[in-house]
Amino acid sequence: MSLTAYFFSVAAALVTLVVVVDLLRRRRLRERHAIWWLVAGIMALVVSLVPTVLTWAAVLVGVEVPINLVFFVSLAVLFLVCIQHSVELTALESKTRALAERVALLELEVRDDAPPADAADSPRTPE
Amino acid sequence: MPAFNESESVRSVVSEVLEKLPGVTVLVVDDGSSDRTAEEARAGGAIVAVLPFNLGVGGAMRTGFRYAVEHGYENVVQVDADGQHDPAGVPLLLERLTTADVVLGARFAGEGEYRVRGPRQWAMKVLSVALTRMARTTLTDTTSGFRASGPRAVTLFAANYPAEYLGDTIESLVIAIRSGCVIEQVPVAMRPRAGGRPSHNPLKAAAYLGRACMALVFALTRPRVPLEPREVLA
Repeated sequence: MSLTAYFFSVAAALVTLVVVVDLLRRRRLRERHAIWWLVAGIMALVVSLVPTVLTWAAVLVGVEVPINLVFFVSLAVLFLVCIQHSVELTALESKTRALAERVALLELEVRDDAPPADAADSPRTPE
Repeated sequence: MPAFNESESVRSVVSEVLEKLPGVTVLVVDDGSSDRTAEEARAGGAIVAVLPFNLGVGGAMRTGFRYAVEHGYENVVQVDADGQHDPAGVPLLLERLTTADVVLGARFAGEGEYRVRGPRQWAMKVLSVALTRMARTTLTDTTSGFRASGPRAVTLFAANYPAEYLGDTIESLVIAIRSGCVIEQVPVAMRPRAGGRPSHNPLKAAAYLGRACMALVFALTRPRVPLEPREVLA
């Protein structure tokens, strides 16, 4: 690997890390969402600084071409982040739903032509 | 009564229910309609809860069940706002609530002229066979939107009514069955819709079949919800 490539990869990893840490610091990113990006950034930095770590890790897991391990890990991280986002999205959706239902019922109560007050006293059958 | 853009029919349906069934309260849940559904329903004499955006039938029904729980209603009957369900059938459903927790108004059980074809029919067949086995009672129309829920089911549904697509029909039944609710069905006649138009698109029907089966499979793999014990009638 040429020296230029070495500095380029270290710089890329550093920029990623700095961006994530800065977002965290300014509370633009919650740490539960940042954890994957931090892990990925740190791994990228380690591998850029000491490329032999990559070769060693590739041998360890039986990957013949070390760069394939980089691709595999990158994809895996992106995949996990996507799943995490889907889960968060689902949670947000169900919270929004619950709020919408709550709002509808509260709005019903504050309306002037709300149901007669005795509705609660005599159990009847709504449809 | 869940209603989404049913301004043509909701008023007459509400009036008819109030006329044929004295003493009931009609709650229309306007599921984020863009037309005058809420105003029309109020004009017909219903209490109207307006959802700020469209949640689907499941969300509308959960709102209805929560309203019932908060205001002390014991039984809830779901009626479509398009006039397909004859309110005259409601007492039949309520009668059966003495022994069952959920009573379905079934469209194919002998009464009336309601027919479906193609993938939609297969879907309904598959679902009815599967759910019949689970509920240990014949259920021929599992996707019926005409159903009555007794006190135990109302409490269960207020907390656990699924808001997903098809959750209002299939998954809610699965939840009820797995919680130990007793399900029964009563044959009812369907009428042509008073407003709106039915969807008869084969592609949509095929998608419906797939999603229905998926909904069933996932519903079966979800954890059970325990049910409060049924009170022994003195």
